[in-house]
Formats: sequence, structure tokens, C-alpha cells
Amino acid sequence: MNLTVEIDRRAWVVQVMGLPVSVHLRGPEVRTDAVAERVERVFAELRELDAVFSTYRPESVLGRLGGAPPGPTATADPLVREVVTLCEEARARTGGWFDTRRLPLPGGGVGFDPSGLVKGWAVQRAARWLADLDGHDRCLNAGGDVLLRTGPGRPSWRVGVEDPDHPERLLDVLELERGAVATSGTARRGAHITDPRSGRPAEAVRSVTVVGPELLWADVYATAAVARGADALDWLATLDGYAALLVDATGRVAATPGWPGGRMLRAA
Amino acid sequence: MRRITLWLLSTVAALVLLFSYKTSTMGPGGESSAIAAGSDGSTGSSWSGTDDGSGTGSAGSPNDSSGGSPDSGGSPGGASGTATGSVAQTRWGPVQVRITVSGGKITDVTAVQVPDGNHRDQEINDYAVPVLRQEAISAQSANIDTVSGATVTSEGYRESLQSALDAAHLK
Repeated sequence: MNLTVEIDRRAWVVQVMGLPVSVHLRGPEVRTDAVAERVERVFAELRELDAVFSTYRPESVLGRLGGAPPGPTATADPLVREVVTLCEEARARTGGWFDTRRLPLPGGGVGFDPSGLVKGWAVQRAARWLADLDGHDRCLNAGGDVLLRTGPGRPSWRVGVEDPDHPERLLDVLELERGAVATSGTARRGAHITDPRSGRPAEAVRSVTVVGPELLWADVYATAAVARGADALDWLATLDGYAALLVDATGRVAATPGWPGGRMLRAA
Repeated sequence: MRRITLWLLSTVAALVLLFSYKTSTMGPGGESSAIAAGSDGSTGSSWSGTDDGSGTGSAGSPNDSSGGSPDSGGSPGGASGTATGSVAQTRWGPVQVRITVSGGKITDVTAVQVPDGNHRDQEINDYAVPVLRQEAISAQSANIDTVSGATVTSEGYRESLQSALDAAHLK
């Protein structure tokens, strides 16, 4: 029996960055213009960032670079500079398994493509527009990557972790008050994550879901783990503040010791 | 404009998914056919409306062009109009929904075709969309609020559980 008083809830969905991005808010003012305006700013910022970073737009900063490493002209833009710096940090944090320098480009060829990092970074950045909505809980979902926060004394958000082999089913459910959940894998787009060592698509890991405080890093770690393959779970277990659930190519499911879900699975 | 259509059809399909969830809670059969019909947004669906013409064109995955829908510009921000989904065959008969959009947001959802003729069907008609929305969450997904999964593009979204969860709270 649910004794919780029903909290008004509202969702918005927009197609941006080539992804369906949804914002769910719970709270007393979700039907006010003021709140709707904040949500609109979230989407507006995502569109602005996409105009700079999309590798699918020839006129964007990244489109003009066409895979070349960003030089002084590109990094004169502080946002581009920030992303380039974060890409370097991501490479260092993942032992080289997340590497934006030599990736297959949309127009063919191989080159610099920060898209795998920009999505999480952009959503995290745009979500700041909702940061000071007192008394409201928020849950953003950008193409399967989730960023959420609840107010004090409010019910957690329940996040389903999709079964990569049966997208209509869930592997686990997480109850979270704040933080991020990111999933990378081959389920939706095939083997699209490149192993930076071999330059070929990574296929040993079917899906990795990472939970932790920041969407940017949860997403980077999940992608790096898929690229890494066989020993990914051991590496994920070393990450401070982050936990993970992994499905390998044979369908075996395992989690790091800190995994907060109900399955409480352990590496065999 | 094509992207707007795609996005709307996603939502139409999401609602068809909700019907299929209802089906699955009441007995075997019907589920797969409902999903299959709903997923086929390019057939038997229609869209009428306007675009704000900004045409900024979101970046799309190369996969977005599958299913005969070219990946060409169009911001969903200013779209208005209605989209009618394809007819989905469910266990009880054909189901079709219409979505009304204003300023890029869904403002109304109506069932334009629902089965009738016996008591059970009448029950479905009476509760139609609101009840089915609830079913999508409670029956199918352990009362979850959102889903984390491998990157969902606009193509994948229309078949995703997330699209059903979003649709349930758009009003």
C-alpha cells in the first residue's frame, strides 16, 4: 500500500543532439510558466551546445575541424577548451580506453570526435537550470543516460536498468536520491564503441551500466568498460564512488561490490 | 519536418505499447502484434501541422535514416498540429491513437479507434488512455520512473519503455 501523498509530476520530451531527451519534474509548481521556462532553458542550452559540438553538422566547430585535433582557433572558445581538457582527463582516468583522438567519423575516416563525452557533459551542464527549483525533484534522461536529484525527505527516483537482450525487460531497479546512471553497449546501435588499441569495434561486453555522482564520468566509464572488454569488471570495481553492472557477450550478468541495485550480483 | 514526424510517431507508438502492456497483463496473446504494428510508424500514419521553420536540424545517428525516413532538419521546438498513428492490431481488435502537439509539446492524446462489441472491450473504451498509462508503469516496469539503457536514438525511442514512461507524464 502506498501511503505517500501524490506529488504532481510532469514530463517534457524534446529531440536534441540526435537523441530523445526527457525532463521529469515532481513538485508543487510543475504546471507553472516559471518552471516550464526553466525546462525550456535546459533544452535551449542543449541545442546551443549541439550547434558547437555536433560532428554531424558541417558548420559546427567540430564539423569544421573534420576530425583534426582542435587547434588554437577552436580552443579559443572556452567551451571547446573545457571539452578538450575533459577528453584528456577521460583518457587518463580510463588508462587510455576512452580515447577521443582516433575514432571513426560520421563522414568517414578516423579522427578527433568528443561526442561520447559531450553528451553527458552537456546534459550535466544544462541541468544546472533546474538546480535551484526548491521543493522539486528532477530526473533527466538523454537517450538512456540518467541524471537525477530529489529534495530532502522526498521519495527516491526508481531507475530501471534495461536488459540489453530484451529491451522491454529490466535487469534491475535502482532507488536513487541523486546522481547519474549511464549505460553503454551494443544493444541499440550494434558494436559502435571502438577499441582504441585495435581500432576495431569492441564486442566482448554486451552492456555496462555505471552508477555514480556525475553523469559525465558515469558515461565515460561505461564506454571505456565496453572498449576494455574481458577485464572490465575488475577495472570498474577500482573506481572511487562509482559502481557498475555488466552483461558480457554470453549474457552473463555481474556487478561490482558497490552496486546499489536489488540483484546484489557479484563477479563470479 | 521529417524528424518531427518521426518523434511524434514515436509517441504514437508509445501509446500503442501501453495498449500492448494492458494486453499482457490480462492474458497471453496480442502483445507482439501490437508492438509490431505500432513500431511501423512509416505505414498508415499521418501528420498535419506546422513548423516554426527554424530548421536547425539536430545531429542524427547514421542509423536514423533506416525505415525510409530521411534524416533531414527540423527543430521540434515550434511544431504544432496532430499526428495519427497507424492502426495496431491488439487482442481485442484495432487500436489507433491521435496526438495533438502545440509548440513542440504534446497537449492531448485521444484514441480514435478502439475495439467495441463486448463487455471487456467496453471496459477498455471507458478507461482508454489514462488507465493504460498507469498499466505501463505498474505492470510492466516495477513502478519505475525512468530507464537506463544503451543509447537510444530517435528510431529506437518509439519502441522503448522510456517513451511510454514519458508519455504517461506529458500532460
